Parts: sequence; structure tokens; C-alpha cells
Amino acid sequence: MKALKAFLILENGNVFEGESRGSQKEVISELVFNTSMTGYLEVLTDPSYAGQAVCMTYPLIGNYGICLDDEEADRPWTDGFIVHELSRVDSNFRSGGSLEDYLKKHDIPCVAGIDTRALTKILRESGTMNAMITTNENYDLNEIIPRLKAYTTGKVVEKVSCKEYYDVPAVKDLKENGVLAGQTTTQASIIKKPETIERVPSRIKALTGAGLKVAILDVGMKKDIALNLAMRGCDVRVFPESTKAEEILSYDPDGIMISNGPGDPKECDGVIKELSKLYESDKAIFAICLGHQLMALATGADTHKMKYGHRGANHPVKDKLTGRVYISSQNHGYVVDENTVDPAVAESAFINVNDGTNEGLKYKNKRIFTVQFHPEACGGPLDSAYLFERFISMMKGEEK
Amino acid sequence: MPKRNDIKKVLVIGSGPIVIGQAAEFDYAGTQACRSLKEEGVEVVLINSNPATIMTDKDIADKVYIEPLTVKVLEQLILKEKPDSILPTLGGQAGLNLGMELAESGFLEKNGVKLIGTTAATIKKAEDRLEFKETMEKIGEPVAPSLVVENVDDGIEFAKKIGYPVVLRPAYTLGGSGGGIANNEHEAREILANGLRLSRVGQVLVERCIAGWKEVEYEVIRDNLGNCITVCNMENVDPVGVHTGDSIVVAPSQTLSDKEYQLLRSAALNIIDELKITGGCNVQFALHPNSFEYCVIEVNPRVSRSSALASKATGYPIAKVAAKIALGYNLDEIKNAITGKTYASFEPALDYCVVKIPRLPFDKFITAKRTLTTQMKATGEVMSICDSFEGALMKAIRSLEQHVDCLLSYDFSALNAEQLVKKLSVVYDQRMYVIAEALRRGMEAETIHEITGWDLWFIDKIDILVSMEKTLRSQLVTPQLLKEAKRLEFPDEVISRLNGMSIENIKAMREENSITAAYKMVDTCAAEFKAETPYFYSVYHGEDEAKEADSTGKDKKILVLGSGPIRIGQGIEFDYCSVHATWAFERAGYETIIVNNNPETVSTDFDIADKLYFEPLTPEDVENIVNIEHPDGAVVQFGGQTAIKLTEALMKMGVKILGTSAENVDKAEDRELFDEVLAETGIKRPAGHTVYTAEEAIKAANELGYPVLVRPSYVLGGQGMRIAFNDDEINEFIGIINRIAQDHPILVDKYMMGKEVEVDAVCDGEDILIPGIMEHVERAGIHSGDSISIYPAPTLSEKVKETIADYTRKLAKALNVIGLINIQFIAMPNEEVYCIEVNPRSSRTVPYISKVTGIPIVDLATRVIIGGKIKELGYEPGLQKEADYFAIKMPVFSFEKVYGAEISLGPEMKSTGECLGIAKDYNEALYKAFLGAGVVLPKYKQVIITVKDSDKAEVIDIGRRFEALGYRIYATRSTAKVLRDNGVNALKVNKISQESPTVMDLILGHKIDLVIDTPTQGYTKNRDGFLIRRTSIETGVNCITALDTAKALLGSMEAAQGELKLSLVDIAEIDKRG
Repeated sequence: MKALKAFLILENGNVFEGESRGSQKEVISELVFNTSMTGYLEVLTDPSYAGQAVCMTYPLIGNYGICLDDEEADRPWTDGFIVHELSRVDSNFRSGGSLEDYLKKHDIPCVAGIDTRALTKILRESGTMNAMITTNENYDLNEIIPRLKAYTTGKVVEKVSCKEYYDVPAVKDLKENGVLAGQTTTQASIIKKPETIERVPSRIKALTGAGLKVAILDVGMKKDIALNLAMRGCDVRVFPESTKAEEILSYDPDGIMISNGPGDPKECDGVIKELSKLYESDKAIFAICLGHQLMALATGADTHKMKYGHRGANHPVKDKLTGRVYISSQNHGYVVDENTVDPAVAESAFINVNDGTNEGLKYKNKRIFTVQFHPEACGGPLDSAYLFERFISMMKGEEK
Repeated sequence: MPKRNDIKKVLVIGSGPIVIGQAAEFDYAGTQACRSLKEEGVEVVLINSNPATIMTDKDIADKVYIEPLTVKVLEQLILKEKPDSILPTLGGQAGLNLGMELAESGFLEKNGVKLIGTTAATIKKAEDRLEFKETMEKIGEPVAPSLVVENVDDGIEFAKKIGYPVVLRPAYTLGGSGGGIANNEHEAREILANGLRLSRVGQVLVERCIAGWKEVEYEVIRDNLGNCITVCNMENVDPVGVHTGDSIVVAPSQTLSDKEYQLLRSAALNIIDELKITGGCNVQFALHPNSFEYCVIEVNPRVSRSSALASKATGYPIAKVAAKIALGYNLDEIKNAITGKTYASFEPALDYCVVKIPRLPFDKFITAKRTLTTQMKATGEVMSICDSFEGALMKAIRSLEQHVDCLLSYDFSALNAEQLVKKLSVVYDQRMYVIAEALRRGMEAETIHEITGWDLWFIDKIDILVSMEKTLRSQLVTPQLLKEAKRLEFPDEVISRLNGMSIENIKAMREENSITAAYKMVDTCAAEFKAETPYFYSVYHGEDEAKEADSTGKDKKILVLGSGPIRIGQGIEFDYCSVHATWAFERAGYETIIVNNNPETVSTDFDIADKLYFEPLTPEDVENIVNIEHPDGAVVQFGGQTAIKLTEALMKMGVKILGTSAENVDKAEDRELFDEVLAETGIKRPAGHTVYTAEEAIKAANELGYPVLVRPSYVLGGQGMRIAFNDDEINEFIGIINRIAQDHPILVDKYMMGKEVEVDAVCDGEDILIPGIMEHVERAGIHSGDSISIYPAPTLSEKVKETIADYTRKLAKALNVIGLINIQFIAMPNEEVYCIEVNPRSSRTVPYISKVTGIPIVDLATRVIIGGKIKELGYEPGLQKEADYFAIKMPVFSFEKVYGAEISLGPEMKSTGECLGIAKDYNEALYKAFLGAGVVLPKYKQVIITVKDSDKAEVIDIGRRFEALGYRIYATRSTAKVLRDNGVNALKVNKISQESPTVMDLILGHKIDLVIDTPTQGYTKNRDGFLIRRTSIETGVNCITALDTAKALLGSMEAAQGELKLSLVDIAEIDKRG
């Protein structure tokens, strides 16, 4: 069985030839790379990647197949997928099928068998750029490159946000979260054969958020943001991006979460307007990623596009409050320009240890803090999950 | 937090002699850490009994003590040097145990010395089975149900409760010594009894068997603020049940989803945080293959073999960072040395796959049981890097130096289906090849998975390789097929063998179609940041990064070939030579390139050479590098046999071999050519013949007169060499030899009963420098690597020494040696000297003799190789003035680790490492050497003696001396008779076959200090002796198989009577003599 050829054509004229392994449709998209070694399904289904094709720098992808529980949305959002090698088998007790079949099912083109390291170096040196994935061997660069240059991701938030609000009910009993991580083996189960436990063990040890109501403004939310709150006992309602501040406030939440999401934050003028109203309320607010950028824009700061962004599961961020460094999961191409933050409004709370860029803000005289990285992880390290607890304390008024 | 200012002088504890379970990785970690400490202006005092290490060089530490690693010696050293701190986490389990004992006894506190890098409480929490279990339970991290027992009955009772099989692990032993899986009560009793005795604290852990689960490790680092990162995770291809040191390991994990990866990562962080480790730590998990159930197997609160592997696999220098943390720095204050931009507080992202394969010693221990268990048996390992698992596996296989280059290298085609299934269930070193054979026969992957516990993903990868074999066998090679085969890292030679296409044609097709190796950089960050350290691996895909790497601006380039995996016969000393040669070339203004594949070594640290290629050392792999680098020359004389073997291939590639020419190397190795050299120089060697059959051998032996030395030619390290005393033995040995090396001539030499003497020398083409003459304690017939070696030679007359110096000069000149030469002689009682072996290259004794004479031999040889002259370099040629102290190199063995290995010494090398005893007084030096090797006598003052007939006369005096030391002597019938007839009070014990109590019962009674057993020749006759020796070793009783060794031990014991105060010698103060 000989695979069909696929071509990845870059805005700068570079062409990579590989095999077509997913859908054979042609797409133009912004091209970014992600350095996570695991969590490809989480990447594919993260709505923040809407409008982008992702190149995985780890060369062996698809090894453990598709574990549907791990999806961050009910469908993949990336426009295209670029890998070095796609595994022939899917080997994991939870796997429900191969990555290749999943890509085909969701009509996502995939180029496999290219030198992903060389591609990554181009993106690192020249910055994020647009690209086309095609199976057409007779492509014409003269025709394609102007199209690539003209392409913009546009208003993707509207596309990925939910259309109507929905509730994620609070967990009432810790047991609903499944087994507590580490509690499965040993003590009791000495003789009996371990039962197959398919649910990911939880690390949440108490329902600290019981009785609290959280409104999430979904600007491209990963499922696990809502789950992280619900699993801690919070009643969660997820609102579409077009929701007016008044409507959110009339739900009378104890706290508001502004989610992650795709694209240039400045495209979200509607949301930004509503956020300035929410800022004026006295609600506890926690924002992640795009939400963090939007809140900054809503309070007068500026954002700019980074050369090639942060996408991976190994980014060190320093919590300025404690001096501690945490390894975080990240996915962003834009960043809040710390110099433009009015010191009277907010102060830097987290910075990236590698490049010193802003990773979080603490708003003054407000119960608002926002982070650029992903405390909900999935994929990536769970180190900063403590921020959900901080949010809960804030909602309870225990922390300012 | 900035650097602590209360740390000015640090004592670093090394790990001692190389033994199975504790090898070169600690030299790597220790060297890196010492350099890191010195970089911060800290004065470093180093102690390590192992003279073959790089860390014991005076350029690495300020003060260097090559002294026995015992609490007493350390206490004495602390009083002498007065360090303010001790760093015990770099010396493996040995170093950690010492640090712990010093802390627990209150000695450190009393003397105002602090442990840095860890605390005694932390070590105890991680190492003490009970405390560890309680700690894990406290933080909700599961461990398999277990109980620490201090006697056999409690162990059996608990095993009954949790059900067999159970795993038994003795506390405080390295490499899992004495542990194992017991399937029933009988086995449990046996392992328990043994484990209890081997444990430093007399404890054994009995636990639920989780064999068959996935084994996953995380390397974690935590700093003083509590910041934690994981450097890397690794997945064992072999499921739980095989010691991770004996497993094929892949990094990063391949079959874990992000959920499992993070589940275990969080657990690892949770653990290191609770243990309050500051520095590196290794956490091993077992993960149920069909659920999220996991448990913690083990935590090592120190650098380890796994951390060395993780460092090499990711480029993250764990030992260096750990040393900085010990000084008070935090992760976000330490720069990432590879990128130069980012900090140590990040987690490496790999964009390649790393495979490690253990190097097992079964080629040396042919009688040993090959099964792999929780008791580590590997002496070393190889690592390879590629952008696919298949490629990395293929590269690792051919790096092993075991005459293997693909999955067909062990042939199982003769097995029938039933036998094959049976074979698949055996957990042993060749199982991967059996799996390949099963796939070749079309066995379902699922079936193989069920039998072996290998994950389906790994089996599929083997299947991909097997399919390629099939395709290559059956199809015409097209450029497309060739490209795919090379992507899977099939060597040209294997392609040719499978396909029939000639290697030349394959090469031509590759060149025509640009199917060439490209080099990718290991940069810790998957290309996210520009990296500055040129550390490369090859792939057959895409862009080459080696060419574009920053030029060093130097106009001469030298290729230094490393020595591959550590195995018996080729140990850490060759890494010492490679590294020193590299440094010498660098000082001489050369751009240096190292090629090696051993992750444990200093040479594969990315900042040793200007460029590091982590690649197999085969002609094809080296040629690929040569094609990119075009070096001005290569040096092979420092990398042991591995490098020497590449000489011819390098010359064919047009690479100039620096130093002694290949032609002259041949002269030394080819018997006939060498005979000519000897004739020319008028030097004698033992008379001998080359024969092909047993009949010819017997004829030759009778002509020469027995005893004779019989050995196959073209076999290294004395493999298969035997001493024959009669015709029957010749017949027996020839049979064995023909199994090892067919179709090669067999050499029969007169066996000379004299003193064995060894020299290393440097020759510049005109002059020669001999740093010193080393004399072996054991007479000829025992491999030089297994002999106790003494410098300066204590019993040789001036005349003999002069003859040796003269012969060395003549041989070096006749062979046109430029660089190093090693010669072994036999000095006869009549002062005649015979030459028995010449190696025109570096040898095992080079680091030792360099250190004890203060002459940097490798550096000198390197400078000579590039045209320097001994005289111009400030040295007086000739035999150097003798030192005014004795330095004794003592071999150290790992017999207890390799079940079933024959321990008696002979012409074939068996030791895994060495230690040094140095003192002004000969017997004190000897005492220290034995002490360093772990021989601490007397204990119970009981010895068993059983010797072969030819040794009976000599044993009398030995018996007398033991008696004088207050020993009770047990001896087998005929030995007892000889002793008693000569007035030595020896108690007769029964042989094994006789009624109880027998000699075995005595040994098993654990009240015996020592067994002296000189083996009778011949395998069949020797079964009793074999059992006695094995039992001694396995029950921890010292066992000596040569009378010369026994005499040396007696000398040291006699000297140590009363309270012997040891003198401590700072090696860094030994200047060159002359």
C-alpha cells in the first residue's frame, strides 16, 4: 500500500514533501509547532488551535491511539496536522481507534514523514507563517504564495464558542471524580485482581468549591477548565462568547472564568467590551490564556503577536508571589505587553523564566487574576492546578 | 536564593571500584559535579578508591585521595582535610551509605561538617524500606503491599498472606544484590536467607509481585525552594520483573498517554517534595498495563545509572545541576548549558527516540544462567538516538560489541513451534531476537504480547524490522527500498547479506540517490531555541545540522574513537584515556570530535570535545561521520579494542591514523610477524606452535613439555585460554575452543612458571619513557587484569628491571611505536625475561600508573603522536626513578551478581573493576588494597582450605601463617593430611558427596572468613570445587583461587595485626619523578 504524497507549502516558498495520512482535502492555515511529547489528542481538540495547522516536534505520534475521554472538545479544531511518523498500531488499554482513522473521520489533513525538526527551525527563525497542505502534485507556487500571504485566521472565536449556555453540574461527592490518584493499589486489593479502572484518577482531595457558582465565558474553552471547577464542587454554567456582561451577572455567579481560545485577541472587540463591564463588577474573576489577554485589553493594556509563540508542555513560569517556578502547559501566539499594563490597574504576577514574557496579572483592588498558561493542563503538567484552589479561595473571599 | 556562603571546602565521595550495578556512570556524575563545584570557587577534596576514574585526576579535584571507602578512612580524612561539607549523592549507593553512616554516628556534627545535597533524614526516608513505605502511605502514593522482615519465618508467613509469587529485596544493597522473585516457599526460604545476610541492616522486603506491569522511571530534580522538574521519563521495554539496568529502555515513554504520563509525573513530584530532596532523584513506577493502577517501586535519592542515561538522552546535565543546587542555587538561577539562553528550570523536550540496551557478561561467564531477574547482571550499556524507535534499536544493537548487527544475529530458526513458544517465555538477554523469530514465523503479535508482556507497540516495531528483512530477501533493491531500509538503520552489510547485492553496489546506489546520513542536534528543547552545544546523532532523513554547526576556527581536526560499552576486559580505563587524549588535543589547538555510544561515560558528556557524535562504532557509522567532518586524522590507540578494530576501515576511508601505524599494530598482533620482530631484537618468548586439530595440539604440547597454554587466535581478552597439564585436558579444551572460534588456528605455548611483569611506555620514535614497572602478585597464567599489580616491582632484581627496560625500548623501536605501548613479560627465577604480549596501544594500567607516578602518560603520548619529543616536553627518557611508596592495584569482581559464573581465575579476565592501595609500607598498601576491595578480615577466624595436588607443598606455609594469626583451619581430606603431616592443626571436613557435615554446611553456617580453593583443571572433575566456590561467593564468603593471592592477603593481615593507623596520600601532590 503506497501512501499518497502530500505537500506542505510554506509562505516563504519552502515545500516539504510527505505522505498524506488523514483527509486529502486542501487547506490553508497558520502553521505552528508544539513541543509536547504526549497529548496529541488534547492538542488536536484544543479550540485555541482553530485556524492553525500544528506540527508536532516529537517524531512518534499516535502510539497510544485515540482515548476519547481525553478530548478537550467534541471535535478536533486544528486545520491540519504535521507529524514525522504516525504509528501503525494504537496501543493503549483505553484506545478506541487509530489517530489516522480519527483524522479521516474528522476530515483533517495530515502530512506525515517530513523532517519536522527542519520545519520547526524554519518557524523558529522566520516566525509563525501561513502554509498550505495539499495532495496536488502540480501545485503552482506562484499562484499559492500570494494566497498564503493574504490568509488571516480572522474571527475564530465565534466559530469555536458554544452557541447556547449549558451547565456543568458540580460534583457532590468526591467519589464521582473517580479513584483518587494513588489509592488504587495495595492496602485492600492484596489478593483480588485489580479491576480495570478506565477513568483517569483524580488528584482532587476535597470539594473546596462546594456551594459556589461559576460562570465561564467560553471564548474557545477546553473542556477541562469547566471540569476542574466542577470536580472541586463548583456549579458551572458555560456562556457563549456573545453573552452580554449583564446576562452573566444576572446569573449571580460567585466567580467568573474567562476561558482560553484561538486567534488574535484584538479581533474580539465585542468580548473585550463586555469584559470591561465585568471588570467593574466586584466578582472574583480568573482568566486563562486568551481570557487573560482579553482582560488586559479590556483594562487598557496592549497585546502583540510573538515570533513563534509558546506551545508545549515544558514552559517554566514563575509565581512572583512565592518565587516558585512551575512547569506549565502553554498554547499561545499572542502575549500581553507588560510595559503597557497600567501599574495602578494590575501588576505582573507570573513571568516566563525562559524569555521573561508576561505569564499572568494580578489586578489591584480587585478579586481578579489572570494567567497566560493552562493550569487545567491536559495535555501537560498539572503543577499549576493549585490556581483553581486560589480562585476558589478568592470566590470565598479568603484571598484577595 | 544565591549561593550559600558557608560552603567553601567540600568532600566528594566517589563510588569505588566498578562492580555490576555501580559502574562508570558515577565517574561521569562525579567528574561533572566536581567541575561544577570548582567553577563556583569551592575547594574540592575527593575520595574514591578507584584509580581508573577521571574524577580521581588532579585536574578534577584539588585534593585527591585514592583510598578505601570505609567509615574509618573517611573519618580520618575529615580530620585531616577539615572540609565544611560532604556531598554524598554522587557516589552511588556506596557513597550514600557512607555519608549516612557518618551522619548517624554523630561524627559529622561533632566535627562541624554538614551533609549537602541531601540530609540523613531524607536518605533514611528513601532507603529504609519501612520508613519509605510509611512516607508513601502518608502522601497517598501506593507501594505494592509489603513487609520488612528480619528473619526467614516472618517472610514466609507474609508471603503466604499476599500469595506467591513474591518479590524479595534486601535493604541497602546495590544493584538489587541478593534479591529475586520467589514462586514458592522453597525458593522464598533460599532467597530470604541469603538476602538477610547480604543486607547491611539485615532486612529484606517481601512484596506483592507486580511482574508484567509496565516499568516507567522519572528523573526528577528539586531545588532549595521546592521547585521540581522532571528531566525525562523512560519506559522499560521489558515489563516489571527485570532489573531496569538489565532492561531495554526507551526514552521518552512510548506507550503512555498524556494522562498516564502526567499521573506518574505528578506522583514523582509529590514524592520528591515529600522526601525534601535537594538535587536529583530517580523514581521507578510499575503501571498496570490495563488500568491506571500504579505503584512506586523504588526511589533513589541521588544520581544514578538512570540519571546518567537521562542526562545523555536529553542533554540536561543532572549531576552538574544537582551540584549547583547543593551549593544553594535554585533551578531558575542555573543556565541551561546547551541552549545558553534558557534556564535549568524547564523540562527537556525530545524530538527523537532514545534506546538503551544493557551489555550483559554472558560471553565471559559461559556457565552463568542467562535469565534476567530483579538482580542486575549487566556490566555496561549502550545508548542510541534516532528519529524512530526502529532506527534507534538497530543502532543500539550494533553498538553492543557482541558480534550482533540485526535481529537475525542470534539464530532460532532451528526451533520448532513448540520450542519457540517455550523460548519466548524465558526472560533472558536474547528474548528480543526470539520475538523477531516468532514474528518471522507469523505468530500473532497478541500471542507474543501475552507471553512476553511486551507492549504491542514495541512488538509492532520489531515486526516492521522483520518485514524489512523479508522484503530485502525477496525483492530487488531499488532506491526507494534502500531509502526505507536505511531509514530503519539497516547497515549496508546486513542489506547485502539479506539481499545479495554487494556492499559496493549498495554504497554506489546510496551515493547516486543521496541516501546519506544526516546529523541532528540534541538540544534539550526540540529546536524551539537555538542551541550552542554540538551534540549529534544520525538519521537517514532530512537536513544535516552538523555541517552548519559553528566552526571552532581551528585549522586541524582530530577524530577520537571511544571504547563503547563497559564490559569485562574493556572498562572505564579506556574512557579515561579517550577523555585525556581529547583534552590533550584540545590544548594542542585541535578541533576535537568524539564518537562513542556509552551513556555512562565522561567521554559522552557534551562538553568534553568540540563535537560529540553519539553513534555506533562500526566502520559504516564512522565513515558517515568522516564524510561530514573530513578529519585531519584519527587516533585509535586510546579507545581499547573497539577503536583499534576500526583502524583498517579508517585507512580505507583515507583517514590518517595518528601515532603507531596500522602495519606496526599488525606486527604486534600477527604471530608470525611478531616472531620476526622478536628474532630481530633478540628477545625470547615462550616456545610455541600454531595448530589446527587436537592431534596436532597434543603433539605440540608433548614436544614443548607440559604444562602448556592453549588458546584460540583472534580472540580477545584471553577468552577461551586454558593451561593444560596433560593430553586429556588438551582434548577437552580444544573442544571448548572450537565452540567459540571455529576455523581459526589454535596456539599452543610453553607455560612459563615465572613472575608476570607489565610495563606501559611512551615512545616518540627515538626515545622511550617508562614510568614504572608493575609486578603481578599472581604468577603467570592469571589474566593481568585479574592479578594484583604492584608498583614499584618489589621482588625484581636491578638486573631484571634493566633487562625489561631494555626490551621495552627495543620492542617499541622495532615496532616503530609512536605513542603508547603496553608489554607483558615473564621474569624467570634465573633472571631470564620472556616477552608474552605486546599491545601497541593504551592499556588497563595507564590511569593507575599515571596517577601513582604523577606522569600524565596519555597527555604525553598525545603530544608525542602529534610530533612532540619526550625530551622537549620536559621529561627524561628511560625508566623513571621509582616512587618511595607502594601502589597496589587490586582487581574487584562481581561474581555474586552473576548466578552460576565460574569464579576461579585463569587466563580469561573476569574482574569488573579495581581499587588502589597506596602507602609507604608494602603491607599497609596491600592491606588498603584488600580493604578497598571489601575484604575486611579477620571476622570469625575460620578458614577452609582445599587445594589441587600441585599446590599441596606450597599450602603448608600458608596454613602455618593462618594458624599463627589464630585461625581455625578446615581442610578437605588430602589437603588436611598434608597440613597435619607438617604440623599444622587442620580439621578435616567432608566433601560435598560425603555425609554431613560437609564443607558446604560449613560455608552455609556463615562463620567462615575465607575459602581458599585452587581449582583442579577440567570441567567435569571440577564440579565439587565449582559448587564450593559459588556457594562461598553467594553467601558472601571471601573466596581465593590462587595461592599467591592468599599469601598477599596473609601479608596484609599480618601487617594489620593490632591497631593499624592508615596513612592517607594526596595523589594530587605526587609530582612527576625523574
